[in-house]
Amino acid sequence: MSADTHGHAGHTHAHGHDHGHDAPHSTRGGYITGFLLSVVLTAIPFGIVMGGWIVDTRVAVAVCAALAMVQIVVHMIYFLHMNSKSEQGWTLMALVFTIIIIVIALAGSLWVMYNMNLNMMPGMASGAGM
Amino acid sequence: MSDTLIKMIFGRLSIESLPIHEPIVVATFAGVALGGIALVGALTYFRLWGYLWKEWFTTVDHKRIGIMYMVLGLVMLLRGFADAIMMRLQQSMAFGANEGYLNSHHYDQIFTAHGVIMIFFVAMPFVTGLMNFVVPLQIGARDVSFPFLNNFSFWMTAAGAALVMASLFIGEFARTGWLAMAPLSGLDYSPDVGVDYYIWALQIAGVGTLLSGVNLVATIVKMRAPGMGLMKMPIFTWTALATNILIVAAFPVLTAVLAMLSLDRYVGTQFFTNTGGGNPMMYVNMIWIWGHPEVYILILPAFGIFSEVTSTFSGKRLFGYTSMVYAVLVITILSYLVWLHHFFTMGSGASVNSFFGITTMIISIPTGAKIFNWLFTMYKGRIRFELPMMWTVAFMLTFVIGGMTGVMLAVPPADFVLHNSLFLVAHFHNVIIGGVLFGLFAGINYWWPKAFGFKLDKKWGLVSFWCWVVGFWVAFTPLYVLGLMGVTRRLRHFEDPSLQIWFVVAAIGAAIIAVGIAAFLMQIFVSIRNREALRDDSGDPWNARTLEWATSSPPPAYNFAFSPVIHDLDAWYDMKARGAKRPITGYLPIHMPKNTGTGIILAGFSLVVGFAMIWYIWWLAAAAFLGLLVTAIVHTFNYDRDFYISAEEVTETENARTTVLARLGA
Amino acid sequence: MSATTVPTGDTPVFYQLEEEHHEPGGSTLLGFWMYLMSDCLIFAMLFAAWGVYGTSFAGGPTSHELFKLPLVAVNTAMLLFSSITYGFAMIAMQEQRKGAVQAWLLLTALFGAAFLGIELYEFSELIHEGAGPWRSAFLSSFFTLVGTHGLHVTFGLIWLFTLMVQIGRKGLIPANVRRLQCLSLFWHFLDVIWIGVFTFVYLFGAMR
Repeated sequence: MSADTHGHAGHTHAHGHDHGHDAPHSTRGGYITGFLLSVVLTAIPFGIVMGGWIVDTRVAVAVCAALAMVQIVVHMIYFLHMNSKSEQGWTLMALVFTIIIIVIALAGSLWVMYNMNLNMMPGMASGAGM
Repeated sequence: MSDTLIKMIFGRLSIESLPIHEPIVVATFAGVALGGIALVGALTYFRLWGYLWKEWFTTVDHKRIGIMYMVLGLVMLLRGFADAIMMRLQQSMAFGANEGYLNSHHYDQIFTAHGVIMIFFVAMPFVTGLMNFVVPLQIGARDVSFPFLNNFSFWMTAAGAALVMASLFIGEFARTGWLAMAPLSGLDYSPDVGVDYYIWALQIAGVGTLLSGVNLVATIVKMRAPGMGLMKMPIFTWTALATNILIVAAFPVLTAVLAMLSLDRYVGTQFFTNTGGGNPMMYVNMIWIWGHPEVYILILPAFGIFSEVTSTFSGKRLFGYTSMVYAVLVITILSYLVWLHHFFTMGSGASVNSFFGITTMIISIPTGAKIFNWLFTMYKGRIRFELPMMWTVAFMLTFVIGGMTGVMLAVPPADFVLHNSLFLVAHFHNVIIGGVLFGLFAGINYWWPKAFGFKLDKKWGLVSFWCWVVGFWVAFTPLYVLGLMGVTRRLRHFEDPSLQIWFVVAAIGAAIIAVGIAAFLMQIFVSIRNREALRDDSGDPWNARTLEWATSSPPPAYNFAFSPVIHDLDAWYDMKARGAKRPITGYLPIHMPKNTGTGIILAGFSLVVGFAMIWYIWWLAAAAFLGLLVTAIVHTFNYDRDFYISAEEVTETENARTTVLARLGA
Repeated sequence: MSATTVPTGDTPVFYQLEEEHHEPGGSTLLGFWMYLMSDCLIFAMLFAAWGVYGTSFAGGPTSHELFKLPLVAVNTAMLLFSSITYGFAMIAMQEQRKGAVQAWLLLTALFGAAFLGIELYEFSELIHEGAGPWRSAFLSSFFTLVGTHGLHVTFGLIWLFTLMVQIGRKGLIPANVRRLQCLSLFWHFLDVIWIGVFTFVYLFGAMR
């Protein structure tokens, strides 16, 4: 958030084909790397669950969740071309802010609802049909 | 056979849907219809339709859209206030044998409509309108980032308002309270159209709000004049940025939760039902994740207005600008961490309640810092008690009380006593009227000369001011008292006659506020009549400090013939102090967006979709949705969306301004 | 141009006399990104609902009984393929090869349509088995979350076809390039959401 960035100055005015000043210049290699990584990162969790590679469910859940996080980052970098420079960092800042809000809302909701079920509906707290 | 056909054509809409058995509604309808006919007649007689369509309805000029938002807010304020005065009247008379004049069916709709209208269709349009008008001027831009979207956003908000208004005469409105808490709002307990009106009005208006939020964030981020770094941004722009970030991050939550409620009602899903594994508490949880940031969406721009006003009318730079900015940012984040304080009593247990109680108390720290900043700005300042400044001082005195009762409510054990009582009602009116509304009046009085080129009449402004401030305290102090005595909110009838006197006093307060509103309308009327006497040609009637005062009043369509270059936080003050010379030759053609009618057409289709869905007229909903889609697609095939204001035209406008300024001896 | 913005000595420049060339749509990508962030929050709430209701079977069929992972795996593959083909469309766009752009877009649309087809098949199977969204809160949140994602894909397809017509008519002009970039963000964003869906909904659901 340095004080001297502003929207106008310093753009090239060339009306070239890619036009957008911050338009990411993607490469074939980048897309292929991203694709291969995500194939692997998708195949492993499916294997874990469908092939029963990990017996302990809690471990399986943790591993799958971790792989999903990694894959999201891979997609962000290789497909969505996230970096700290595009739009003077505003896109990344928007993303970080959104993630913070999502974490607050998701974790908060689960925490609040779990406690509420525990206190207000003892014995009925979720999973009634399991 | 014909019965099924009629059902197919009209859904559940029938003659019985018209509330002809309610004399109050019929009389209101007659009044509105007559007024409407008179208005339409007058517009036709004076041949104003073309003008309105070309210059206003289809405009993409942020200033005009801002003014349209203000008009919408004002119209809806009258409706919302009519609801308020009806409630006050009912509660002041309905004791013991006296049932009052409203049946419960009607009364429940009134308190719901009052809340919904005041928040979504009064406060939001006013706030959005001011931000729309002021922000691009303050940052030295020519328009917002997405001018067409801006027009579309306005019309979506207006379409939502239109649906709420339609519910008054066709069918009914929700009887659930302003947040339509499940399971009361589910199909089992609210089988009628009321909740559907509520859902569709908010969803349609919500699209407008969200897009306008995206638009203003992009504008502030991308369109600032050269030299205006983030820490040289005027404080109102900062608060507008925070507010619009909150809008972008909060309104999707409302969209999602209302979508789930509508699925429960239309498809029969089990989100918030008591059977099938659903959980109504999840509705409460989610709607407050939106609901709490929403109140900061309203109050932050008001804080911005007070900052600008205090600094201008104290003739000093704002005290603690940096701390003010950080306070705004801290509030932005913290506003997402407090939502559970709205339902401490729902039973989350001690750990959850104490966490949210503490975060709630923490949020009063940055807010308190702001109050001190304003006080220190005034300290040793040469204060001019013009109307905007008077509203600001009244705000500081009123809001602090509201804030303190808020901290009381943040203490979970205290909240168990005060929850859902009139104490709570008094508290949030104390902060919303004393904070948001006073701020809006300060802003309207402050920026009116910028928008129209003449000041607002001071005498009627003072009448309005005193009636509002006094009326507020007379109306809501009794509610604090009643709340402490344990009276709950939303009651239509009381048994204990000893309470009546308090409700009578509150009703008198509401009547005083009514005078305040009338005086405000009178102020506008008198000012327009005396506009020549009140005219300000300088463009800077208050000797102000920020960039919007650097251009003429009203500003030309392009705002600034040349982009100003910013060297100081108080850019315009700096320009005046260092003798900046306005260039008077060498004008260039200016690139501007073209007006378009697509926004109003899209909003019109959305309105029809909403109405048809409310009444189960499936064919119409499908047809209107198709129309919406096709119009949107066709719009994207139009690549020719801007034009140039010729250099000659700019020269002509600017030369006129040069002449005026020369006459003023500037 | 930038010289005019630098104050020189004690006579600072207060007005920019040269008209700066304003790129039309310079804010579009950022604005669109912010819209996507808001969309992300809609999904966040749907995931929250899934998190709360994921085991609320109400005596009805459970996720373990219902979810057919091979089908989900095929579907995931469809979406992944459509992502890489869209990526190749963007590469072709940078190289100004209009025909190749159109071909890759068409392929993307086919994968997208296959994804939707499989999803609709899955939904109809579930409903036939008596596991419709009204059966239990678990199924309500499942259908809503997955269905909302599918709805986004549907709109993405409509947009994609519209854009193909527009590229056919006007070629790769700056306005169309901007639209391709926005759709690219949208399409890959849906992919990211799907990662969450297949992990937290299908895989976790199948393990319950």
